[in-house]
Amino acid sequence: MRALARRWNLRPALGVTALILALVPWMLSNDFYYEIAILALFNAMIAVGLNLLMGYAGQISLAHGAFAGLGGYIAAILTGRYGLAPLFSIAVSLGIMALLAYGLARPILRLRGHYLAMATLGVGIIVSIILNNEEELTGGTDGMSVESFSLFGHTFTESWEWYLLAALHLLVLLWLAQNLIESPLGRILRSLHDSERAPASVGVNVARYKSLVFVISVVVAALAGSLYAFFSGFISPQEAGFNRSIELVVMVVLGGMGRLYGAVIGAVILTLLPQLLTSFEDYQTLIYGAIIIGVMIFMPKGIVSLFDRWRRRG
Amino acid sequence: MLEIRNLTKRFGGLTAVDDISFRVAKGHIHAVIGPNGAGKTTLVNTISGVYRSDGGSVWLDGADITDTPTDQLVYRGICRTFQNLEICGGMTVLENVMLGFDRYLSKGLWPTLLRSRRLLEDERRYTERAMHLLGLIGIRDYAHQEARNLSYGILKKLEIVRALATGPELLLLDEPVAGLNPRETAEVAELIRTIVADEVTVILIEHDMRMVMDLSDRITVMHFGKKLAEGTPEEIRNDPEVIEAYLGGRR
Repeated sequence: MRALARRWNLRPALGVTALILALVPWMLSNDFYYEIAILALFNAMIAVGLNLLMGYAGQISLAHGAFAGLGGYIAAILTGRYGLAPLFSIAVSLGIMALLAYGLARPILRLRGHYLAMATLGVGIIVSIILNNEEELTGGTDGMSVESFSLFGHTFTESWEWYLLAALHLLVLLWLAQNLIESPLGRILRSLHDSERAPASVGVNVARYKSLVFVISVVVAALAGSLYAFFSGFISPQEAGFNRSIELVVMVVLGGMGRLYGAVIGAVILTLLPQLLTSFEDYQTLIYGAIIIGVMIFMPKGIVSLFDRWRRRG
Repeated sequence: MLEIRNLTKRFGGLTAVDDISFRVAKGHIHAVIGPNGAGKTTLVNTISGVYRSDGGSVWLDGADITDTPTDQLVYRGICRTFQNLEICGGMTVLENVMLGFDRYLSKGLWPTLLRSRRLLEDERRYTERAMHLLGLIGIRDYAHQEARNLSYGILKKLEIVRALATGPELLLLDEPVAGLNPRETAEVAELIRTIVADEVTVILIEHDMRMVMDLSDRITVMHFGKKLAEGTPEEIRNDPEVIEAYLGGRR
């Protein structure tokens, strides 16, 4: 099994994560804290999906904010305007996003490196423009309100209910992602990162697996985006903007590319950091940037590499 | 087994492979030699579907396989190695070999996500086979090291092992001993002999004359994209045109 177990066994990490997620609510004394924690969990989901694409398969995307936002919009519009049940509207939204991602994947993923970055950037901007201009459907720049989320007749109103829902989603996602990484399919994805000729020479249809991982990461982003839209009860084009896409990429890079829990750590830290820095007022963005630069200089393999050092010593 | 008919590949005004034809018999080692820039690697790339041909055809056991993509050729029993290594540096040696077994392993999304028993069972079985292959070529000790940290010689061998893992009937080796020291070269030569004994046919692109003369059943000589000569090592050794192309004889 050594071929599958990579660097360190991921299984205990899932248990530790579950434990932490179970303990965190004791520290959440009010709804505002809950709100940040829930946002961190949804961000972590998107980052884990994006990490499969970026960190493992080595394909950059500057459009995942747009995909998450668009997924949220579609679910919101289906419930708000067409009266679909939230669960059903999310399912339809994910289906649409999967088809969209599949359609985009073939032409876009032929490109590599900077060219791929430019192409995805373009996609993100197009989505942003559509969301801003289709006022009839989306409410334009002001955004739109989203119906409350109900599941089997039960409406989610309490913060802890949302926290539980988000935490369960993240844990299941981590488990599935871990199974994916530690499999022949995962090995193909990692091989794409280093050389496309190598997998092709042993019979791998490279384009097919690039498309697959792209679709997976987009669907995960759209799922988190849809749930978040229902949670916050409001969605605006900012949720799908360029800054949002960049923020997600930074989460993956800062946490540790190609490391499953790196994305989680990156997402949590980048969600909390602005909140922790609010007391610095005018200097908030400056300090935020300085911390990111510092981490990248001293931990180029991401924050998760701290655990490696600690483990080697222990 | 393999027949190449009038194969041509042009890059702009340059005809890198010019009307090349030859047949490779089953179980043979067929060498393609020629000075630098003769078009040997272009020939391999055109046969193996990396480049699209501009004329001619490639036949495998009577079936036309001209311009079949590299990955599909693997399923027809043709695998290649690269002159400049194509190894996944971020993966371990073992993982690189396991990648070679890819065609035998399940990549279904649901078995993968739910970690099906069969998937794990296959993975264990093929891991054993991979370790066995690594043992044969003497790089088993490096199995769990990241490929990017290893020496060129080990990676050259690794690439051949990975190609063997696909279970090929025809192996295209593009300069397998380029950059290796004499001892490593001898080891690779020995490996190629073993491969052929296992009834794999080999097309060998190589510079190392002594190795080519020792190993080959037949040799095709290329010069400026054209076929200059073809024959047994003995015939090629004594061919005046070949001697002139290689040694720059008198006119």
